[in-house]
Amino acid sequence: MQPASLLIITCGAIAREVMAVAKSNGWQHLKVTQIPAELHNRPDQIPAAVEKRLQAYAADYDHVFAAFGDCGTGGRLDKVLDQYGIQRLSGAHCYEFFSGSDNFAAMAEQELGTFYLTDYLAKHFEQLIMEGMGLNKHPKLIELMFAHYKKLVYLVQDPDRQLDHFAEAAADKLGLEYERVETGYGQMAQELSAHYSNYTEQVIKWPT
Amino acid sequence: MSDDQYEEDLDLNSLNDEELSEQMHDDLYDGMEEEIAEGTNILLSRGWSPSRVLNDALVAGMTIVGVDFRDGILFVPEVLMAANAMKAGMAILRPLLAETGAEPVGKAVIGTVKGDIHDIGKNLVAMMWEGAGFEVIDLGINCPVEKYLEALEEHKPDILGMSALLTTTMPYMKVVIDTLKEQGIRDDFLVLVGGAPLNEEFGEAVGADAYCRDAAVAVETAKKLIAERRAA
Repeated sequence: MQPASLLIITCGAIAREVMAVAKSNGWQHLKVTQIPAELHNRPDQIPAAVEKRLQAYAADYDHVFAAFGDCGTGGRLDKVLDQYGIQRLSGAHCYEFFSGSDNFAAMAEQELGTFYLTDYLAKHFEQLIMEGMGLNKHPKLIELMFAHYKKLVYLVQDPDRQLDHFAEAAADKLGLEYERVETGYGQMAQELSAHYSNYTEQVIKWPT
Repeated sequence: MSDDQYEEDLDLNSLNDEELSEQMHDDLYDGMEEEIAEGTNILLSRGWSPSRVLNDALVAGMTIVGVDFRDGILFVPEVLMAANAMKAGMAILRPLLAETGAEPVGKAVIGTVKGDIHDIGKNLVAMMWEGAGFEVIDLGINCPVEKYLEALEEHKPDILGMSALLTTTMPYMKVVIDTLKEQGIRDDFLVLVGGAPLNEEFGEAVGADAYCRDAAVAVETAKKLIAERRAA
């Protein structure tokens, strides 16, 4: 009999963190496959990309989990996942997973005009935000797109001085106040662990 | 001579009306704010009516932008730059259009829902509605239901437009529509909703009259639904 196996389909923006959680817990028989993070600039394409990956891989695994939030898909990702009976991380986006739902709600209430960065976004700010959103090509867009933003909050998963500099520089480019909040992996790590435990229990209980 | 230098040297005054109008379509497409303002003033100085400049130069140009956006040729940044350029033309035309005293096609109140500060799409719709001859009252961002209600009472529009960019804020549209129902005024207005995470099904689920996927659709839908309502 083949060993039971788990597939995690993850957003590229949190793939490193998902792998880190899996590694630190010593999870076995696990494959992580990622969907390009760039799709967050076009979230309408995320559900189809996830479904395509599911069609390619899901049959080869006993169990599949999606390390995604709603990610701006307005429930369309959930519809795809529901068709396959697949669960995902709870919450709207990675800012919420990392900071925790209550903490995120409190930050949003404190200043609605907050732009968030994670480690991934701090590292790839130039590529995803400045290039991806056309801000380098059309600097005027900074004024148009960020007119109502006041603050940039860098949600830190793994403290790194270089990323701090990147995040501060990002705030400067966008003309926003800067704040740094260490979150670690937060709710995401807890939910992944709970899901892995639940999955392994189910496997053990399966009749042979 | 480089293309850039050519563009810098292009004297809009040297173009005839048709050429200038076409050049303005190109300038809108390229998001050239100053050129659009200049072209607008030139056409007005040649005796074009404000509505002709609006329709033939600006709205026609933005229609091309809208089609190419829908077809995936242009993306949001380019559309925003085009809208910003059109805004420069509208700033010149708006007072002149008001002076003509032309009856608006309809009246619309629009705002981004509570908890949401994103207004790019909302602004684009407001501008395109205005360009299509609607009187538009823009409530801005982060609008609680009370703000919508006050504006509906004060302005008595044909249309209420609501916008949201976030999955977490779009359900607030239902709060607003349910409040209208509770107050017995839901059917006094056409309710149109839009925003990146929305779709047709969501529009139906919250009880809107229509979901509009982009600004061009918002114009077509507003005109169509108003015409239907007036014909009924």
